[in-house]
Amino acid sequence: MSKFKKKKDGGLPPISTASLPDIVFMLLFFFMVATVIKEDNLKIQNQLPKANQIEKLDKKKPISYIYIGKPSANYIDTYGTEDRIQLNDKLQSVEQVQAFIAAERAALAEELVPTLTVSLKVDRDAKMGVLTDVKQELRKTNALKINYTTKKGDAVSN
Amino acid sequence: MAKRSAPEVNAGSMADIAFLLLIFFLVTTDIATDSGLSRKLPPWEENQPEDIVQIKEKNIFALTLNSNNQILLTSAGDSEVIAIKDLRARAFEFLDNGGGQGEDACKRCKGNRDPKSSDNLKKAVISLANDRLTDYKTYITVQNEIIAAYNDIRNREFKKDYPKLEMNFVEATEMYQDPVTDVKVKESLKEKLEAIKEVVPQLFSEAEAKRD
Repeated sequence: MSKFKKKKDGGLPPISTASLPDIVFMLLFFFMVATVIKEDNLKIQNQLPKANQIEKLDKKKPISYIYIGKPSANYIDTYGTEDRIQLNDKLQSVEQVQAFIAAERAALAEELVPTLTVSLKVDRDAKMGVLTDVKQELRKTNALKINYTTKKGDAVSN
Repeated sequence: MAKRSAPEVNAGSMADIAFLLLIFFLVTTDIATDSGLSRKLPPWEENQPEDIVQIKEKNIFALTLNSNNQILLTSAGDSEVIAIKDLRARAFEFLDNGGGQGEDACKRCKGNRDPKSSDNLKKAVISLANDRLTDYKTYITVQNEIIAAYNDIRNREFKKDYPKLEMNFVEATEMYQDPVTDVKVKESLKEKLEAIKEVVPQLFSEAEAKRD
């Protein structure tokens, strides 16, 4: 009898995925706000050490980045396992540091040149040797404001 | 005629599009690390002058890091290997000693007034030498602890001199650097911060790394 409609068999109603895009968009916006576009493609290992007496770098002032560390796994064949310096996208020798700073300065407005800060991003397992050489070069080229860029954390546990 | 409802737009692929964007941003971006220990390098001099200003030995807190990341402290005529966790307290004790007499007396110091240790805050120098094979992480820890010792004293003096502000030196510096802070507040903060920096200068010297 058609009066009594057959009851649906107890299949679960489909879960609505209409809010999925909203959730994903929320994640997307979070990442867009919390991150910055990578400045350089790193060819070296760069695990920063931790410190707690840190100051924020003023983003309005120009910042140049110098990376130091052992070449990452893909590049060991080409560059060996000693600590290397990365300026922009290339691994360079210590002598190139002065030219790099000069190029960074040339790209700035004249009044901003004295405020240039060099951010040293050095791998926590690197040795002091290369860094010492870089610091000497920076002194020679009169780039005296430096910042040992670190993560926030307990320094003694490094 | 019966009113036809507008057909529903299929939004099923919206999630896919958003995921694609999300993954793109995950790959091309970095969580920003834009903070660290700020330092100033001494200017380069072609011929290092021989007659360097003489500093009394008792006013120097000399740290030497060797290639095994041990810290040798030479101060008050003694040399000893110290643990990294004690460094901050030792540096603080040295800076705050105030052993000076007469003209060199230190009014702000609250230390032991040991005549063998530093005279006053303006004379106490911390020097650091490292080996080329010292680990960077040890070096950073030592730098961090030295800055911490100075900040401890500066915090104390800032609180003592400006109790109405109800903040310490580090918080005041943060507030000064915060772009949201009002210009007038910044001006008055700058004055106070400079005054404290004048009273507790960071006299920190770094020797060139030893060549092996």
